[in-house]
Amino acid sequence: MNILNLFIIVPLLTVVVILFSKSIKTTRVIAAIGMTIQLLLASWLMYYYLSHFGVNDLHKMIFVSDKVWFPTLNIHYAVGVDGIAVAMILLTAIVIFAGVFVSWTMENLHREFFISLIILATGVFGFFISYDLFTMLLYYELAVIPMYLLIGIWGSGPKEAHAMKLTLMLMAGSALIIAGLLGIYFNTPTIDGHHTFNMYEIARYKIPLKAQRLFFPLTFVGFGVLGALFPFHTWSPDGHASAPTAVSMLHAGVLMKLGTYGVFRVAIFLMPEAAHEMGWFFIILTATSVIYGAFGAIMQKDLKYINAYSSVSHVGMITFGLLMMNATAIDGAILQMISHGIMTALFFALIGMIYGRTHTRNVYEMGGLLRVIPFLGTMYVLAGFASLGLPGFSGFVAELNIFAGAFMHHDLFHRVATIIVISSIVVTAVYILRFVGIMLMGPIKNEEHLKLKDATWYEKLSTITLVVSMLGIGLYPVWLTNTILGSLKPIMLKILGG
Amino acid sequence: MDLHSIILLRHELLLTIAAIGVLFADLFVPEDRKKSMITVSLVVFTIVTLVGFIPANGGTLFGGSFQSTRMTDFMKDILNLAVLLIFLQSTGYLSKPENSWKVSEFFVLIMFTLIGMDFMISAGDFVIFYIGLETASIPVAGLAAYDRMKSKSAEAGVKLILLSAMSSGVMLFGLSLIYAATGSIYFSDIALQVKTTPLIVLGFIFFLSGLGFKLSIVPFHLWTADVYEGAPINITAFLSVVSKGAAAFILVIILFSVFKNISQSWEWILYALVIVTITIGNLFALRQDNIKRFLAFSSITQVGFLLLGVMGNNDIGMTSVVYFMLIYVFTNLAAFGVVEAIYNASGVETISGYRGLYKTNPLLSLVMMLALFSLAGIPPLAGFFGKFFLFTSAASQGFYILVVIAALNATISLYYYLKVVKAMFIDPNDEPVEKFRSTWPMRISLFITAIGIIYVGFASNIFEFIVSLAKDLLH
Repeated sequence: MNILNLFIIVPLLTVVVILFSKSIKTTRVIAAIGMTIQLLLASWLMYYYLSHFGVNDLHKMIFVSDKVWFPTLNIHYAVGVDGIAVAMILLTAIVIFAGVFVSWTMENLHREFFISLIILATGVFGFFISYDLFTMLLYYELAVIPMYLLIGIWGSGPKEAHAMKLTLMLMAGSALIIAGLLGIYFNTPTIDGHHTFNMYEIARYKIPLKAQRLFFPLTFVGFGVLGALFPFHTWSPDGHASAPTAVSMLHAGVLMKLGTYGVFRVAIFLMPEAAHEMGWFFIILTATSVIYGAFGAIMQKDLKYINAYSSVSHVGMITFGLLMMNATAIDGAILQMISHGIMTALFFALIGMIYGRTHTRNVYEMGGLLRVIPFLGTMYVLAGFASLGLPGFSGFVAELNIFAGAFMHHDLFHRVATIIVISSIVVTAVYILRFVGIMLMGPIKNEEHLKLKDATWYEKLSTITLVVSMLGIGLYPVWLTNTILGSLKPIMLKILGG
Repeated sequence: MDLHSIILLRHELLLTIAAIGVLFADLFVPEDRKKSMITVSLVVFTIVTLVGFIPANGGTLFGGSFQSTRMTDFMKDILNLAVLLIFLQSTGYLSKPENSWKVSEFFVLIMFTLIGMDFMISAGDFVIFYIGLETASIPVAGLAAYDRMKSKSAEAGVKLILLSAMSSGVMLFGLSLIYAATGSIYFSDIALQVKTTPLIVLGFIFFLSGLGFKLSIVPFHLWTADVYEGAPINITAFLSVVSKGAAAFILVIILFSVFKNISQSWEWILYALVIVTITIGNLFALRQDNIKRFLAFSSITQVGFLLLGVMGNNDIGMTSVVYFMLIYVFTNLAAFGVVEAIYNASGVETISGYRGLYKTNPLLSLVMMLALFSLAGIPPLAGFFGKFFLFTSAASQGFYILVVIAALNATISLYYYLKVVKAMFIDPNDEPVEKFRSTWPMRISLFITAIGIIYVGFASNIFEFIVSLAKDLLH
């Protein structure tokens, strides 16, 4: 059996076992065991990939298996991963592992909560392991049901409205994706009277430019909605703010990357000519996302809103990097997917923990927390540094690559866009430092806060996992960049070769 | 009549025997034991359904007036299956004391309707088709007025019969125009002679309007919500699944075999009908609180999606429609089953009344959720596959803009399906529907539908089977 199928089978088995669980204690232990196995599998996959392929032949797809599913329409169940997918799978495994421990005390309807959470993660794993467009769409939309329930039932604030908004906007995005995928499908040449959904087979042909002009924007915007592309980002702050902690982590950390990954793998990779031609329009949109998100974050008071807007900005930077259409920037963009995934998950985890103690997310009602809860405070500062892109953290390598790649374009338009995007770093620094200062330093504003207890073991476990991964990429990024660059080679040939 | 003809007619003959048998048996059952007729009818109909599934080769009868192919057999089997599920769901309703004296009528009328539908599906000329249509229409009006002491039910019956008659008239007029233009009533002759002359196109439009009434395509949908609300829930389920299913099957057969040569002109008619049907159905469904009216408008939208498949106009088109209908049987009957169970136990039939249902009746809520998400087309449920293939069918002819419009409408429909999910799972309620146990037949039917919703999508062999049937019929 193909080892990649384990990424689907293990979570499903976990879900089945959870069905029989009676109390929260057994439920969470089962969930933790399942997700630990998942993390080990993902780490092993990464290790296997690194140890079997040198820098020069990294681009191979491994564990490929291809079964015909619907012969008439030539739909296959096709799985296989390259370095980029392996990295994304590892990211997902890390975040969901941390997410289970963050939800350790979820008393309300615990079985349903963990089942929905794990199904959500299953959709993500499935998306990354498959390379048949139909299967990808299937897994992509699989996330919808659990997401709505997770936010609607276990969320906070105006959760029903926000859950609805998020679900509908993402579904509207996938409506565009469906039309886009069908358009791609019917514009592939026929072999034995069949079109194909196989991504790598499609990549061998050039889709007619006339069709690309219609379907590139459709798929780009469709996936872009999930990547919080301006002006379709409005679900993100509301949705992330209302979601329970683990869901915010998974959503901002991984699900938004599904959007950018789709933009990269479907829109840009399969239709590079249109991407060259129409890229300017989307560069404007992504640059707007970056700067708009950063300024949006400054104006917020609620910790979750701050981080959600900051995610809009950072994820906008990923799409921006992808649109630069050269290996350096795209490499940076993919690194940024992983780096931002871990960093933002850490942020949301910490916000959840702080909120659980202070019962407020308003920054201006907190102060001097570093003295009371030093562990959580320190972690928050670390996450802030990563968000700033300080050297030594994962964000630095990623953003540097994006900007270096962007500056390889000599024309005025790209220069201006790049400078605007770079200037967002300053804005990011402003809000991160300001809010860290208000919340963690200074006098304690609320006497009640003096009694707060620092992190418990499960909170430490999840935050440390995330911090270690973050530093692991930041201090020694070579293994990751090599994996990505190797896999990028054939993709770049298609993108540049035109 | 030799053995071969009997095999070709087996669906119709069996149903006739079963219906008359039940009718006669009812004479010999004393008044106070009428309830036993439920069991008898269920057993009889189960046998009819199972025998229908025995494979047999196709052929024609009565000089080409009656055609049986593997595809028509399969369509009849789908309808039988749907009716069987409805029968299972209606036992609770029929066991009520006020219905005990008219139990058999329920079964007999439905079976007679089914005979009409079977003849329509197998029709080889427009006369048999029209006779089948009428046989299938008249008993339904009686069924809609089954709760005849309730004014709404009686109203539903009257509305249905009047508008049915009207639409039959319109259709008959269309058929006569086509006869005038081609000089034949046989499908095979007409298929050779249809051209885009004004007379034929006009006749076709009238014909489509008549069928559009059965399918409740906008603008022929106005009866739907009132009749659905007034009729007993099982009859509403019958109207929305079986009646529509039969009409959809006939539509694809006739469009793809008889009017294939003028597809250029009907494609654009359907293009417009799809857009208005989906959009209007959606807009009205948004505002409903009565769950039956809600499902009525949602089913109008579903028919709009179904028409997308018809636009495919090839093997894929026919397959996607039949496949979608099969999925729709399971999906919609799951929803109606839950509605029926709740109504029987508590009398609640509003969405706001469903608040907090998950706390008291988790399994029913889960089935309802599966059904609603499948209707909305969310994977991994069957509805996703059904809808995707309908989109594929329309896209295969290059109607990409239409696919975008339809897919965005699917998003809007998700909004109102989620509203019901929200009521059941999220909204707090001090007085939710109390915990109750539904009857065994109801449980069996909900179990079958739930399995169908989960399994049929993944089952590519069913899809491929339908493809082979469609190729059989069309080539």
